[in-house]
Amino acid sequence: MARILEFILNDRRRVDAVPDNLLLLDYLREVVGLTGTKTGCDGGECGACTVLVDDRPRLSCLTLAASVEGRRVDTVESLGEDGRLSAVQRGFHEKLGAQCGYCTPGFIMASAGLLRRNPRPSEADIMEALGSNICRCTGYVKIIEAVQYAAELHAEGVAP
Amino acid sequence: MNDVAPVHAIGGYVPMIDGPEKVSGRAKYTADIIRPGMLAGRIYRSPYGHGEIIEVDVAAAARLPGVKAIVTGADCDKTFGVLPIARSEHPLARDRVRYKGEPVAAVAAVDDATARKAVELIRMKVKSLPAYYTATAALAPDAVAIHTHRPNNIERDVLFELGNVEQGFAQADLVREGTYNCAEVCQNQMEMHAALAEYDAVRDRMTVHASTQVPYYVHLMLAQILAMDMSKVRVIKPHVGGGFGCRTETLNVELITALLARKAGGTVRTVITREETFITHRGRPETDIRLKIGMRRGGRITAVECECDQRGGAHSGYGVVTILYSGSMLYAIYDLHNVKYLGRRVLTNTPPCGAFRGHGTVDIRFAFESLVDRMAGELGIDPFAVRRANYLEAPTFTDNDLMVNSYGLPQCVDWVEAASGWRERKGRLARGKGLGMACSHYISGASKPVNWTGEPHATVKLKVDFDGSIVLMTGAAEIGQGSSTVLVQTVAEVLGLDLTRIRIVSGDSEVVPKDNGSYSSRVTFMVGNAAIDAAQNLKRLLVAAAARKLDAEPADIECLGEVYRAGAQDKGLSFQEVVTEALTDAGTITVTGNYSTIPESHGGKKYRGAAIGGTMGYSYSAQVVEVSVDEDTGVVSVDKVWVAHDCGKALNRLTVEGQVQGSVWMGMGQAMSEETAYHDGLLLTANMLDYRVPTIFDSPPIEVGIVESIDPHGPFGAKEAGEGSLAAFLPALTNAIADAIGIRFNDLPVTPDRIFAAIEKRRRAQANSRGGETGAGA
Repeated sequence: MARILEFILNDRRRVDAVPDNLLLLDYLREVVGLTGTKTGCDGGECGACTVLVDDRPRLSCLTLAASVEGRRVDTVESLGEDGRLSAVQRGFHEKLGAQCGYCTPGFIMASAGLLRRNPRPSEADIMEALGSNICRCTGYVKIIEAVQYAAELHAEGVAP
Repeated sequence: MNDVAPVHAIGGYVPMIDGPEKVSGRAKYTADIIRPGMLAGRIYRSPYGHGEIIEVDVAAAARLPGVKAIVTGADCDKTFGVLPIARSEHPLARDRVRYKGEPVAAVAAVDDATARKAVELIRMKVKSLPAYYTATAALAPDAVAIHTHRPNNIERDVLFELGNVEQGFAQADLVREGTYNCAEVCQNQMEMHAALAEYDAVRDRMTVHASTQVPYYVHLMLAQILAMDMSKVRVIKPHVGGGFGCRTETLNVELITALLARKAGGTVRTVITREETFITHRGRPETDIRLKIGMRRGGRITAVECECDQRGGAHSGYGVVTILYSGSMLYAIYDLHNVKYLGRRVLTNTPPCGAFRGHGTVDIRFAFESLVDRMAGELGIDPFAVRRANYLEAPTFTDNDLMVNSYGLPQCVDWVEAASGWRERKGRLARGKGLGMACSHYISGASKPVNWTGEPHATVKLKVDFDGSIVLMTGAAEIGQGSSTVLVQTVAEVLGLDLTRIRIVSGDSEVVPKDNGSYSSRVTFMVGNAAIDAAQNLKRLLVAAAARKLDAEPADIECLGEVYRAGAQDKGLSFQEVVTEALTDAGTITVTGNYSTIPESHGGKKYRGAAIGGTMGYSYSAQVVEVSVDEDTGVVSVDKVWVAHDCGKALNRLTVEGQVQGSVWMGMGQAMSEETAYHDGLLLTANMLDYRVPTIFDSPPIEVGIVESIDPHGPFGAKEAGEGSLAAFLPALTNAIADAIGIRFNDLPVTPDRIFAAIEKRRRAQANSRGGETGAGA
């Protein structure tokens, strides 16, 4: 069975016919072509597919596309203004929070969700927000620094 | 010609040049490539651990609407493998299956759901053979040979004795022996394996996008497996989501996808699951080590005897090299003489192992640094003093003919001792807390490549055209380690230019020069040197052009990067003007830079395989680990790590720090939580919940000290930074646990249940020795 899905994706209204069993992850990647959101595991293990649904982090690999009807979904492609990097993106780039970059969109969306809720997170807040994302390159040290730096940039007015 | 005025292309904190793509989601990995009309590939895998194939029935799958091609072992009788001496693996099993999960057939269908359904319809029949899931079982005298050309299931044994071990032990004041077991571990890189193969039936050409560290080896194996001329094959390496060694050889995924694409006459994308990625494996083998060391009262080591058995899995892969590294890399860190090594690489009915980060050196280093720490304790001397009693004096050659030119280990040791406050804090920490230290080292690229062709070890091309842009062309595989960034920095440094003037094209065999790939930490050293050579060749042309235009001698031309001038009074020429002059009559400029290792670095001939371990430069690392052990639960938390790494010269301090932190952390995973488990050869840990990778909560602050020993052969003095710091973490951790609770762990990983069991065992023993008295406390 399929149904008509209508929602806001990265600030644009979308209307698509989607099968009931289509995952949001596969919808984003294979139907819309937004491949920034990554598949890193067989379901709910790694956080690479994290997107924001109404500003809250969600694993798109455990979310049916049909379930975001009427919601607002943001992927990594939505970040930044006028072609410039957002605060979180700059943090991950400039502080080397990304090495191979594969887990990065998931970390960035989880971090962006954190800064939208809590613009001045403590280190413990950051660890809690990123606790279900796996990175295999960095050892997380520079990821924490990246988010701390992003929070500073955000305090100076850069969008998260 | 004057040298360039100082610029800051190297030595600073430089974010990666491809960072903006990665943080914006624009970076394309293999699975992100979508082609109109492409087919989805899926693999049918053996449910049997060992058996002769009687039948592979694909008839029902072939009848399923939407299935476009099916391939089985019958479609390809060629073998592949990374070592020319050990190519015994078929992309799809023929005649025999050798591990549960080995690819047997594959389907290309209009979509993934159809491909999955088709795979479920495939059936196979085998005549069962005895299967061996441990090295011990495979070595039993009556065991069936897993490969007929290896009758004892030994892929390779290595035996050498250099010096006289018996005499060495006789000179010792203390001789101790320990047995150690390190569980099998996986790279578990974040990007699951993927390949996209496009077959052009009109021209009989094959283009394969692959998530690989070694596009050149993939190219060779594709040509071999497809029986196509190499010139008909093109390999593209898109962004790659980590490697850590699992992609340093051609994998069956890319070969199978290409076979499917040719049979279907089109484009096939195969993205395997996380479970299949675990089964594809190529991780670090389970290793059993028996180690005996002789030591004088002051800590000087007099003899070493080491036996090492590795459970290699069902195919050779890099196995011969791994077991050789484990022996040869006993050397080149300390001044050792009288060393005996017996290594055995065993074939078993488990997924094939490979070249995991720190290849061949990690488990041996764990055993060595553990035993040394224990002996220091028995002799009543400080662990730092033992290391200091055994330093090499560079430049030197080791007893197994490894060339050591730069040696920053003493500085690493000094740095971690000071930074950790070892002298003030050791022995004075609160109950349950402890400090441990250890050292490790690694090569900066194997001096002899796997495929010895006589070509330079590395080649870089630079193209300069009318627009004044410089395009750096390299086959070096950027896999997240920062190779593209460091190569651009290197060229910018020589030419005195800003990084933004240089673009890089890497990883497309149609455009870039061949490169052996990203393994054995070779890229910065080898390709970096080739990039320097190329940039110097370009600079010579530009200086000559400037001299012509300014009517001066080349020797009088001063290159300031964006300005070339003849003396300080000269207004000079802009870079663009110099380029325009250089292109006059000559047209577009392309220069080549090469690098070859020197014969002295190729290791010796004292035993068969002694070349393994030879490199142009060894990196060194020292670590101090601070732990807290909860004696009621057995849970260990790592509170802090201090690590110093001698990378010769940090070309990019940011990426060096990132590599060192990542290495330490990956060592932590192996030491504390990561291990595979099998039930009758069936992998039980094929997901990230059962294969426990440390989360952000488990991960400590890691403070990095960079030691710059300036290697005489390294690019600007640089050596490797991405592997050498992994191994020292493991023994530093167990040494710290021993300091904290007085129990020494010889088996990895040291999971809470293992620690708890050991604490309980001690409690019971102490209770018994107090005549049945019960109660907590040690």
